[in-house]
Amino acid sequence: MRITLEARPEPSRAAMLLTPLLAAIATLVVGFVIFEAFGKDPVAALHAFFVQPVATRYGVGELLLKAGPLMLIATGLAIGYRANVWNIGAEGQLTLGAIAGGGLALAAGDAVPATLLLPAMIVAGALSGMAWAAIAAWLRTRFGANEILTSLMLVYVANFLLSWLVHGPWRDPEGYNFPQSKLFADAALLPSLLSGTRLNAGFLVALAAVATAWVFVRRSVWGFEMRVAGLAPAAAAYAGISSKRNVWLGMLAGGACAGIAGVNEAAGPIGQLLPSMSPGYGFAAIIVAFVGRLHPLGIAFASLLMSLLYLGGESAQVNLALPSAVTGLFQGTLLFFLLAADVLVNYRLRVQRGLPAAP
Amino acid sequence: MDSFAQLVILTLAAGTPLVFAALGELVVEKSGVLNLGVEGMMLTGAVASFIVTARTHSPWLGVGAGAVAGAALSLVFAVIALTLLANQVATGLALSLFGVGLSAFVGRGYVSVVIDGIKPLSIPGLSDAAIVGRLLFGHNPMVYLSLALFVAVQWFMQRTRAGLVLRAVGESPESAHAIGHRVVALRYAAVLFGGACAGVGGAYLAVAYTPSWSEGMTAGRGWIALALVVFATWKPRRVLAGAYLFGGLTLAQFQAQAAGVAIPSQLLAMLPYVATIVVLAVISRDATTIRLNAPASLGKPFHPD
Amino acid sequence: MSGTPRRMTLAAMTACALAFALPAAAQPKEPLKIGFVYVSPIGDAGWTHQHDIARLAMEKNLAGKVTTRYVENVPEGADAERVIRDLAQSGCKLIFTTSFGYMNPTLKVAREFPGVDFEHATGYKTAKNVGTYNARFYEGRYLAGIVAGRMTRTNVAGYVAAFPIPEVVMGINAFTRGMRSVNPKAVVKVVWVNSWFDPGRESEAANTLVAQGADVLTHHTDSTAVVQAAEAKHVWAVAYHSDMSKYGPDAQITAVTHVWDKYYTRVAQSVLDGTWKPDHVWGGIKDGMIRMGPFGKMVPQDVRDLEKKAEAEIAAGKLNPFTGPMKDNQGKLRLSAGQTITDEALSKMDYYVEGVEGTLPSSK
Repeated sequence: MRITLEARPEPSRAAMLLTPLLAAIATLVVGFVIFEAFGKDPVAALHAFFVQPVATRYGVGELLLKAGPLMLIATGLAIGYRANVWNIGAEGQLTLGAIAGGGLALAAGDAVPATLLLPAMIVAGALSGMAWAAIAAWLRTRFGANEILTSLMLVYVANFLLSWLVHGPWRDPEGYNFPQSKLFADAALLPSLLSGTRLNAGFLVALAAVATAWVFVRRSVWGFEMRVAGLAPAAAAYAGISSKRNVWLGMLAGGACAGIAGVNEAAGPIGQLLPSMSPGYGFAAIIVAFVGRLHPLGIAFASLLMSLLYLGGESAQVNLALPSAVTGLFQGTLLFFLLAADVLVNYRLRVQRGLPAAP
Repeated sequence: MDSFAQLVILTLAAGTPLVFAALGELVVEKSGVLNLGVEGMMLTGAVASFIVTARTHSPWLGVGAGAVAGAALSLVFAVIALTLLANQVATGLALSLFGVGLSAFVGRGYVSVVIDGIKPLSIPGLSDAAIVGRLLFGHNPMVYLSLALFVAVQWFMQRTRAGLVLRAVGESPESAHAIGHRVVALRYAAVLFGGACAGVGGAYLAVAYTPSWSEGMTAGRGWIALALVVFATWKPRRVLAGAYLFGGLTLAQFQAQAAGVAIPSQLLAMLPYVATIVVLAVISRDATTIRLNAPASLGKPFHPD
Repeated sequence: MSGTPRRMTLAAMTACALAFALPAAAQPKEPLKIGFVYVSPIGDAGWTHQHDIARLAMEKNLAGKVTTRYVENVPEGADAERVIRDLAQSGCKLIFTTSFGYMNPTLKVAREFPGVDFEHATGYKTAKNVGTYNARFYEGRYLAGIVAGRMTRTNVAGYVAAFPIPEVVMGINAFTRGMRSVNPKAVVKVVWVNSWFDPGRESEAANTLVAQGADVLTHHTDSTAVVQAAEAKHVWAVAYHSDMSKYGPDAQITAVTHVWDKYYTRVAQSVLDGTWKPDHVWGGIKDGMIRMGPFGKMVPQDVRDLEKKAEAEIAAGKLNPFTGPMKDNQGKLRLSAGQTITDEALSKMDYYVEGVEGTLPSSK
C-alpha cells in the first residue's frame, strides 16, 4: 500500500477550514506527550498555555497588542511574497521605522500636539521603513542582488545603527549614560484603546493597513499583476508586467508596514528608544504570513495564534515553572503541523493498494 | 610576520563554522531547496556533539553526533517542505525556532559540564617552525576537515555525474523528472547533507572553538551562513573566500579597537555586513553570473505529476 | 540619584541571618510568593546565574516561608512589562527585576500594584514600592587589577567588554587603576563586542587581545569564553560574575563574583516582617555583595597578601579605587589629590582613566 498526493483541480474550501483544526489536534496530542514527559499535568499545562493568557480583559488586550505588529508586518510582506519578492528583512525595516518615529518624538518634545505629532511619526516611520527596504529593492533591480540576502544583512546594520544612536547622540542625558533615549512626551504616545490594558491606537493602524492591503491586492490593477507574476512569472513577463515594478512595490509595501510597526512599538508599549525595539517580530511575521496563507484574513488569525503562543509560553513559565526551552519546542511543533497540514488544501491523499507504482 | 601568521590562523578559525554550514546550504540550494533553518540545525548539532563528547570523552564521536543530529532535524524540514509541499521559507524559519528550543531543552543538564575539546594541531618541528610551518600546520584539525569538505563539494558539483544531476534538478525539476531522475529523493539527500554540515558547523563551535554548551551559542552564525551562500553566488570557492572575509573583517574590527582606533564600535561592527552588501552588489553587476549560478527553481515546491 | 545610597551593614545582615535561624513563631500564614525576572537563560555562569543561585539560597534560608517563581529569557522591551504584571497578578508580593532595561516597565507595573513590593537591580529610579539595588563591582575590579598588575609580564591587559554603559566603564577604569597601583607601566586594551553573550565573538576578541600582547584577560560579557580562551592561549584570566576556575584551571588568577544571597534573604524577610521600605542600595565588598577569588594556584603568596590587604582597606572604607589625583586618558585631571569620586560622578562615568588605551566609543 502506498499513499500519494494528488493535485486538486482547485484548492479545497473544506480543507482550508479543516487543516488548522487538524494541526491543532495534532499539536494537542504532541503537547500532551511533551508536558507529560516533563512531569507536568498536560491539562493544566495546556490550560496555562492557551486559556489563562486570555482569561482576563487585560490578557485579551495583551493578545491584540502583540498580534498588532505581527499582523501589520505579515500583511506587508505577503504583498511581496505573492509576487515572489522575498523580503526577509522586516526586522531591520521595523528598527528604522522606530528610529525615524522615535527621533521625531524626541525632537518635538512637548512642543507639538499629539494630533499633529503622531500622524507625522507614523508617516516618518513608514517612509524610513520604505527607504530601508528600497536599498534592497534598488540592489535587486539595478544590480540583480538577491533581496533575501541584502534585506537580511540590512537587519544587522539597522540594529547597530539603533544601538549606536541610543549609546551616543540620542542617549538620555539624565539617564546616567544608560543606553536608552528620554521617555517620549505624552503627545508622542499612542492613546489607549481599551481601558485597563496596554492596547493602543496602533492596533487600529494595523487593522487599517490590513484593509488597505486587501483592497490593493484584490481591487487594484497593480495588485492583480503582482499576483499573476507570482503564480506564472513567464506569462506575466509575456503580458508585459514589469517585474521591476513588482519588486519595488513588494519591498516598499513590506518596508512601510514594518516601519509603522516600529513606530507603534516605540510610541506604544515602550515609550522610548531602547537598543532593541522588537523581540523578533520581523521574523515571526514571515511565519505568520505563510501560516495565514498570504491572505489578509488568514494573516489576522495567524497573528492572533502566534501572539497567543508567546503569551502562553510566559504563562507556562510563571504558573507551571516550565522552562522557556519547552515553550520553544512546543511553538515549533505547532507551526510545523500548521504548515504541513496545508498540503491538504491543494492536494488530496490517495491510497493505492497493491504494488507501488513504477517511479 | 609572526602576528601575520596569528591573524591568518585566527581568521580561518573564525570562518570555519561558516564554511561548514554554508557549504552544506550551498548543496541544498543547488538542488532547488531553500532551507532557512540553518541556525536551528547548527544549534542542534552543537548540543548533540557536546553531549556525546561529555559522555564518551571523544570529541570526534561528538562531531559525528553533531552531523547526525543536524541531518535528523533537517529531515523534519524535508518531510514538511518536500513531501508535504509547505512553503520552504516559512518551514525553514519554523525549523530555526524549533531547533533553538530543542537544543536548549536537551542541553539543560549540560550547561555546567566542561569537556576536553579538539585542540589545534601541534606537530613538533612543523607547527612551531617558522611562519610557513605555522600557516600550514598550526590550525585546528576541524579547519582541515572544513577544507576537505570544500574540496569534496567542489569536486562533486563540478566533476561528478551526480553533481550534474543535482544541478539539473535545481535548475528545472520538471525536466529532470521527465528524463527519469528522482527529484524528491535527490532533494532529500541534499537537505540531509546540508543538515549534517550545519550540524558539524555547530559541533565545531561546541567542541573545538569555544568548547562549551550554552543556549543560543551560535549567536546568529546560521543566518550569516545563509547570506554567504548567496553572496558566493552558489560557488564553493567564493563560500570559502566569503567565510574568511567575514571572519577576517570581524577580527580586523577587533584589532582596530584593541589598537585604539577611535571609531564607535557599533559602526565598526556594521562593517562586515555592509561589506557583504557592497561586494554582493559588485558581483551581481555582472547579471549573467547570478543567472548562471542561481538555481532557477530555488524555493519552489515540486510535486512529480 | 535620590540622596546618598544607604549601605547596609554586615552586622545588620548577620542579625537577620540569626533571626532566620531562630524557630519562627507558628504562623499559619501563606508563604510569601516571590517572583524573579531574568534577562537570559540561567545557564552555568554569568549575571542571571548569580541571581538564580541567590534565589535558591533565599528559598533555603526562608524554607516554608517563601515560594519563588521565575521567568527567564525575558527581552528588555515591550514584553517585560507584561511578564512583571503577570507575576504581580499571579500573587507575587515581592518581585525582583534583575536587569537595567526593566526599569521603566517595573515602575509602570508598580504604580498599578501598590500592594506589591518591587526590587529593581542596577536602576536609578525608585518609587513608593520600588527599591533599587546594585553592587559596587568596581571595588572587586580594582582588587582584581592588583592581582593582574602583579601577574602580568607584558604589562598589557586585555578587556573584552559588551556595551559602553557606566557600569562597564567604571569596571574597566577600576581594573586599570588597580593594575597601575602596583604596576605603573600597565596598560589596558579594550575590545567592545556589542553583545552580552556571544561565545564565538568573545573568544575572537580575547584572541585578538592576546595577539596584541595582552597576557591577562578579563571580560564584562556573559559567557565563559574569555576564560576558556585564556586557558587555551596560556595567559592569565580574571573571571567576572561567576567563579570560572573549572573552565580555566590554569588561567584564572582570581574572579570578581556577584553574591546576592544575603541581600535577597534580607529583603524577603523584611517583606515578611512588614518592614520593607524602598531603598537605593549600593553595596560593596564590606556588605558581602562581591566576593573575590578563588585565587589560582599560580598566584604567589605576596600577591595574595597584597590583594587581601587592599580588600580589608576597602571594606574598612579606607581605600576608594577612585581617589585623586586621577587623570583621564586624555590627560584631563578628573579628581585632584585626595579627592574621592562621588557616587553621582561614578554612575555617570563616561571617560577612560589614564592607562586605558583608545577612546570610549560613546563619549562625545
